[in-house]
Amino acid sequence: MIDFLFYLFAVLTVVAALLVVLSSNAVNSAMFMIVSFVGTASLFVMLQAYFLAILQVLVYAGAIIVLFLFIIMLLDVDRVEKRKSSKLSLVLSVLGLALLVGGVLTLFSGDGGFLAVAQVETPAASYSRNFGYELFTRYLLPVQVAGFLLLIAMIGVIKLSKRPLSPPLAESVRAESE
Amino acid sequence: MNVGLSSYLTVSGLLFAIGFFGLLLRRNSLITLMSLEIMLNASNLALVSFSRFHAVSGSSMMSGNIFVFFVITVAAAEVAVGLAIIVALFRRRQTIMVDALNELRD
Repeated sequence: MIDFLFYLFAVLTVVAALLVVLSSNAVNSAMFMIVSFVGTASLFVMLQAYFLAILQVLVYAGAIIVLFLFIIMLLDVDRVEKRKSSKLSLVLSVLGLALLVGGVLTLFSGDGGFLAVAQVETPAASYSRNFGYELFTRYLLPVQVAGFLLLIAMIGVIKLSKRPLSPPLAESVRAESE
Repeated sequence: MNVGLSSYLTVSGLLFAIGFFGLLLRRNSLITLMSLEIMLNASNLALVSFSRFHAVSGSSMMSGNIFVFFVITVAAAEVAVGLAIIVALFRRRQTIMVDALNELRD
């Protein structure tokens, strides 16, 4: 049963990711990305990382995809001309895909030597508690740094997306200040 | 076949390969950003599965999971900044196709 669920979610995740890349409409890509992220969250649940699964759905499927959809609607991307990608980049990307997939399959198929380790059962009951405890003791400095990173990103986004003052308005502002 | 660490790593590697493929193939910079997110997601999956299967009894399985927490934070910040750059670009150039933005080359 567990094996069946794993294969279901794995196929769902990979196929949805492939459709993100291949679908020509940007809105469809965003929708398939939700499916892919929910599939990953289910894999996290199967790995007993419950908090991260919830975080994945909240942050990725909740916030980031909404941001993507908002920008897609705002920019009206479909109006922009559809140009085919060049033959060189098509050949190179297929080559890169084949190399990566071949490497992954040869590394991880069968029982590789460096992966043959005993599986340790960890108690999942105190998972969230452990998570919070570790975050606020051993990883306190990284938490602060991440907070500053978010602050800096917010300031940068506000600065980037602020429309520059139009010339007559700028003139009036300068006149008022003098 | 029994589901173990190698199965999860295979899924993670396939996701990474798909993200790489999309990054090289697509000209739309929004889709490029989505491919980046897929690659980050693949690395998250690998981290979680390693920390699940390599847990030592003393330190439980927290290190990998907490690293994933920070990766998600950085990914959110990266998407916000990237989308703001795309909006600014569209405002100035009326296009977001990456092959139309080659002024520096000429």
